[in-house]
Amino acid sequence: MKILVAVKRVIDYSVRVRLKPDRTGVVTEGVKMSINPFDEIALEEALRIRERGEATEVVVVSVGSAEVQTQLRSALAMGADRAIHVETGEALEPLWVAHILHALVGEIGPGLVILGKQAIDDDLGQTGPMLAALWGRPQATFVSKLTLEGSSARAVREVDHGLETLDFDLPAVVTTDLRLNTPRFIKMPDIMKARQKPLETRPLDAFGLDLPRLAIERLEPPPERAAGIRVETVAELVTRLHERGAV
Amino acid sequence: MPDDGSLHYDVLVIGAGPAGLACAITLKRACPSRSVAVLEKAASLGAHSLSGAVIEPGFVDELLPGWREEPLDIQVPVVRDQFAYLTSGRAWTLPTPPTMHNHGNVIISLGALVRRLGARAESLGVEIFPGFAGAVPLWSGEGALAGVRVGDAGRLRDGSEGPHFTPGVDVRAPVTVVAEGCRGSLAKELIRHFGLDRGKEPQTYGLGLKELWQLAPGRSRAGTVLHTVGWPLPHETYGGGFVYHLDQDRLAIGFVVGLDYHDPDFSPFEAFQQFKHHPSLQGLFAGGEILSAGARSLIEGGYGALPTLEMPGGLLVGDAAGTLNVPKIKGVHMALGSGILAAEHLARTGSPQGFDEAFRRSPLGRELHRVRNIRPGFRGGLFPGLANAAFETLTRGLAPWTLANRTDWKSLRPKTAARPGSPKALVRTLPPLDRLAFVDFAANRHEENQPVHLQVADPGICISQCMERYGNPCTRFCPAAVYEIVTDARGPRLQINAANCVHCKACDIKDPYEIITWVPPEGGSGPSYANL
Ligand SMILES: Cc1cc2nc3c(=O)[nH]c(=O)nc-3n(C[C@H](O)[C@H](O)[C@H](O)COP(=O)(O)OP(=O)(O)OC[C@H]3O[C@@H](n4cnc5c(N)ncnc54)[C@H](O)[C@@H]3O)c2cc1C
Ligand code: SF4
Repeated sequence: MKILVAVKRVIDYSVRVRLKPDRTGVVTEGVKMSINPFDEIALEEALRIRERGEATEVVVVSVGSAEVQTQLRSALAMGADRAIHVETGEALEPLWVAHILHALVGEIGPGLVILGKQAIDDDLGQTGPMLAALWGRPQATFVSKLTLEGSSARAVREVDHGLETLDFDLPAVVTTDLRLNTPRFIKMPDIMKARQKPLETRPLDAFGLDLPRLAIERLEPPPERAAGIRVETVAELVTRLHERGAV
Repeated sequence: MPDDGSLHYDVLVIGAGPAGLACAITLKRACPSRSVAVLEKAASLGAHSLSGAVIEPGFVDELLPGWREEPLDIQVPVVRDQFAYLTSGRAWTLPTPPTMHNHGNVIISLGALVRRLGARAESLGVEIFPGFAGAVPLWSGEGALAGVRVGDAGRLRDGSEGPHFTPGVDVRAPVTVVAEGCRGSLAKELIRHFGLDRGKEPQTYGLGLKELWQLAPGRSRAGTVLHTVGWPLPHETYGGGFVYHLDQDRLAIGFVVGLDYHDPDFSPFEAFQQFKHHPSLQGLFAGGEILSAGARSLIEGGYGALPTLEMPGGLLVGDAAGTLNVPKIKGVHMALGSGILAAEHLARTGSPQGFDEAFRRSPLGRELHRVRNIRPGFRGGLFPGLANAAFETLTRGLAPWTLANRTDWKSLRPKTAARPGSPKALVRTLPPLDRLAFVDFAANRHEENQPVHLQVADPGICISQCMERYGNPCTRFCPAAVYEIVTDARGPRLQINAANCVHCKACDIKDPYEIITWVPPEGGSGPSYANL
């Protein structure tokens, strides 16, 4: 069985994200970029499945500018077998990415596609479900535990009221939650090995997609939080809460 | 690759700063068949780079042909030099000292330059490993430096191996170029091990803090460079501010203070924030937004303190050696130049031997020699220092003497004898209001559960001696509020908030009992500076 993992290059979680002065986007120059942390978890899970002997090949794919190759090389250093870079200068919406992944699924024939539950830049969380719909296969989202048995799988999902267990047939789409695993550290010798692994680049045009695009009109920073106040006594706290109608 | 998992290169460079990358690029250009690796502790190139930076661009032209056509994220030619003496209420314009003339120089972001140099090096076949710190030296059978061991990843706070423990590999090379920048942890160990500072002046340092701002439209005058001396520092303290006006309404502002200051109550962070509130500057910030902030020490010992630059199996280049030109406050061209020189030397001879002499005889060595007496001249305070600087500049450093340095960690006066520190403080309104807010703009990334990388040899001393004598100055000189004295049922103790550390190295330099040792944390930890 092959596993396809999608990874997105995003602004690192440690960075304070800032709007461009003209508010058409966020500042990325000089800013540290990383693999979306949920995608890293997706890759780690795929690698563990392969290491257990339940998969034969892990293919990573990323859509974006030439710079995403840095993240693909990291994914190869973590242990992916080969990488596909779909090159475009534009930031594409989930529907586009889902169509691209669908086309690649047709070509590669994976038993499992694993993605992050969402990307930490736009937090949309749509790509996985859209891919499952296009492909007409089962999906398990927000997965915190995954076990495979032959041609079926069992996933535990984190939902508002607790944990939900799903049984489904493969091939399928899985999106990962934080608790699924902790990704491994990259070792220096593996970075060197990764330089020899295949990384194939394809232009976006090769996918012949003609889909509508969303236009971003304007971005606004979230309102600044007002400074907190310090209360001296419990009585004062109660009074203040009353004043604000909170109790 | 041999079976023991170690990696082998012809030349290993520690630190992807200007010195290390210039060396790697030049070496690979001269000898394409030699394998060259660069280790960098930051998770990505430039993320730990912090500088002014007004640079002399000659070596950049040499290393990056055509770089001016494709500008860096920050790249603004200097059009105006200003030099001012500040009192709490006024700025007095002084003639700009000749060493501070910047005609033909360019204001850049060091991080952006480092990223560009890194891309160039990789295109030539240099293997760069961001996120891997050189932790300990490896030795050959004959006692020569033989490479470094990379730090482990995944150890828990108590030093035990966590579930993701990944041991650091040994990276071996017949020649290791140490380019760690100011107060490198390996350089410190190697200088001590080989006695490279024997017969030299003691090394001295400064601490620089810096912020990058997006100003309200129209406030920045692109290309204006202002340096200040005086307020808020007392005259006995060496240092001053810099304000570099960039394009796109951006502004770089910073403050540098000599770490040989005397007053244990002095806080470099507070001095910097006071400086921003000077009546001549405060107005710049109205309606602006701070983008990024950080701190880094500078090496100020100059020629007199320059250690021997070669050792069996290794070389020191850039600020790991101490090549910064202090009167000019310029180290980037010296770092680039010393890296190039080291590469040329290795290409020619294949061995570190003779590099020390080659550097001292080079135009760079002579440049450092000429200005050797200017910084030590400030031992007596600001005005004697300026007078001496004028004398040394007029005589072009030909005086037959070399003035002595004093050791930074010995320079604190006991608490009781300390003169009242800085003049009356202004009320501060501009962000960041405190050091925790300041580190927030450094965008640190640090796995909390790893061993503490600030090793205090005997924390008992902090309470039994330092508290009484100096009032725990580490709680003030650290720009990131890493050190705290907390009191619980068992009494006061030192608490180390290691995750805040921005790798400036001030504590390793200034702690008056010489008990703090900075060691590299897990690779990739530390600040993520954006264009500082
Ligand atoms: C506030 C301030 C203002 C300055 N202004 C100017 C100016 O206007 N003009 C000018 O020319 N110069 C200026 N300088 C000086 C200049 O920045 C330095 O001289 C120059 O950066 C030195 O280059 P370097 O390559 O030797 O070291 P660095 O630039 O410090 O680079 C060293 C690199 O090595 C890495 N490293 C360190 N230890 C290890 C390890 N053990 N393993 C792996 N990696 C490691 C570090 O993360 C870093 O990336 C300023 C400095 C400061 C602090
Ligand atoms: S702990 Fe030391 S190296 Fe880290 S920020 Fe504070 S003074 Fe600098």
